[in-house]
Amino acid sequence: MSREGIVNAVLLVGFVAVAAWAHFAGEPFTITLATRAAIFALAAVGLNFALGLGGLVSLGHAVFFGIGGYAMGILAFHAQNYTPLMEWPFAIPGTKVMPIIWLTAIVTAALAALVIGLLSLRTSGVYFIMITLAFGQMFFYFAISWSAYGGEDGLSIYIRNGFPGLNTLVPIQFFGICFVLLCAVLWFVSRMERSPFGLMLNAARQVPHRVETVGLDPQRAKLVAFVISGAITALAGALFADLNRFVSPTMFSWQTSGEIMIFVILGGVARLCGPVAGAALFVALEHWLGDLSDYWHIYLGLLLLLIVLFLRGGIVGFLAGRARAHD
Amino acid sequence: MTEPVIELQGVSKSFGALRVSDAISLDLRPGEIHAIIGPNGAGKSTLIAQICGTLAPDAGTIRLLGQDVTRLPARARARMGLARTFQISALAMEDTVLQNAVLGALGQAGTPWRFFRPALKDTALRSAAEAALERVGLSDKAATVTAELSHGERRQLEVAVALTLKPRAFVMDEPMAGLGAEGSRTLTGFLDGLRSEAPILLVEHDMDAVFALADRISVLNYGQLIATGTVDEIRADPAVRTAYLGEDA
Repeated sequence: MSREGIVNAVLLVGFVAVAAWAHFAGEPFTITLATRAAIFALAAVGLNFALGLGGLVSLGHAVFFGIGGYAMGILAFHAQNYTPLMEWPFAIPGTKVMPIIWLTAIVTAALAALVIGLLSLRTSGVYFIMITLAFGQMFFYFAISWSAYGGEDGLSIYIRNGFPGLNTLVPIQFFGICFVLLCAVLWFVSRMERSPFGLMLNAARQVPHRVETVGLDPQRAKLVAFVISGAITALAGALFADLNRFVSPTMFSWQTSGEIMIFVILGGVARLCGPVAGAALFVALEHWLGDLSDYWHIYLGLLLLLIVLFLRGGIVGFLAGRARAHD
Repeated sequence: MTEPVIELQGVSKSFGALRVSDAISLDLRPGEIHAIIGPNGAGKSTLIAQICGTLAPDAGTIRLLGQDVTRLPARARARMGLARTFQISALAMEDTVLQNAVLGALGQAGTPWRFFRPALKDTALRSAAEAALERVGLSDKAATVTAELSHGERRQLEVAVALTLKPRAFVMDEPMAGLGAEGSRTLTGFLDGLRSEAPILLVEHDMDAVFALADRISVLNYGQLIATGTVDEIRADPAVRTAYLGEDA
């Protein structure tokens, strides 16, 4: 196993160990923290696919996180009120079934990413950052003004949604769902990185004109990467809303986009488990430093500065050394 | 007469008041190496860009294998069998040599939309890539990260990627650039054998290579094609001597 493989394994086993310890020690809050970290990690794995492999610096991934959140919120809201989502031309009821909610979140976010990607990918560099940020703000203000679903106050869901065969109200079981999804997506992403598509995308980031010259379309590769990336982040959004049993426009805010990017940068851009390390560190700091001071973001900022200045590969880069090309 | 593989008719391009391509007509015939020479700024690179589809001409037509491709994007021309090598190596520097070659094979196969099986485990892609590396003598560097290659090796890899495309025509922009005398000689020998596979449109500054390889030479000067002919005809052409080789050449 490569050094990075060992680091990845330790990270993931660490998640399980913390959650298992907390479960047997009767510390449900710690399980909630681990769940929160796993969900943030999943959101960041989504961004890392576009950012690390495709070179797409999206400052609008809150759009997809929020879409996931509202997919859960809206479906569960109608289910708990026994009102249909829509009646015409055919009736669609709400649902409390997680897999259906996830699928809705993924499909909706993929469509949104397709539209946003088609427009944003006409630009690059700082313009791409600004246009994705602008889309984020559009969704944010739309959610604020969408009074049918709580507007600025958001939506509260009284009971966590269900998963067939599990009791999602038990913290360790809900953690299990989130962690298994995280691992499944990590596996899927690691396969894609080595696939023909990954090879094309990787080259499209480095030398788009070369990709053109061999008869492939670098822009389309980036668009597909953006769609996949958005869909993954939306899945995390749906889980996050379920963790809190609450959705609000905050999920669409630019601060959320920024935080997702911070997870990636802390952990290591383009490293498979970089987002996992970054999200875990973020949640740990949020918890411990948050206890010490309300202004804990100052220390987070300092740490981010140090990592960007001195550890270009983030935590995973520091522990596992430089990235190796796949063989 | 056999049909030309690449055919330009009246191709013109201006940047503002500067005419970089002035009604250029030339062709590339099967089995030949057709060299394009000219002083710096003569418009050679702009012409290449128009032939390959990264720059649209203002007027004129470009045909590839008899088909009008003037408005087709670069990737469509590549899929029709046009292989370009760049003056400044355009390689994925973070990837291995083999991965760069596999990218070419992937383009040739036209099957990039596969998301699961590792590209390097695809035996068809891999063997096509390895065969191309073997031909340019880079087999032992297959697992090396491209950024660690010497300049000359990068030039070889450029050619290898072009080979993976199994092209109908090569367009090579200064393949000898920056190679030492030894490297130039090796590549000259290689290109000599390549013309029977597919004709080569060769832009090159290395005159020894051009005179050794070219079946025909076209001379560009200030965006105009001032002569086309065999090596001997070009050597003897007074306009060429004045414009390019120097008065007393």
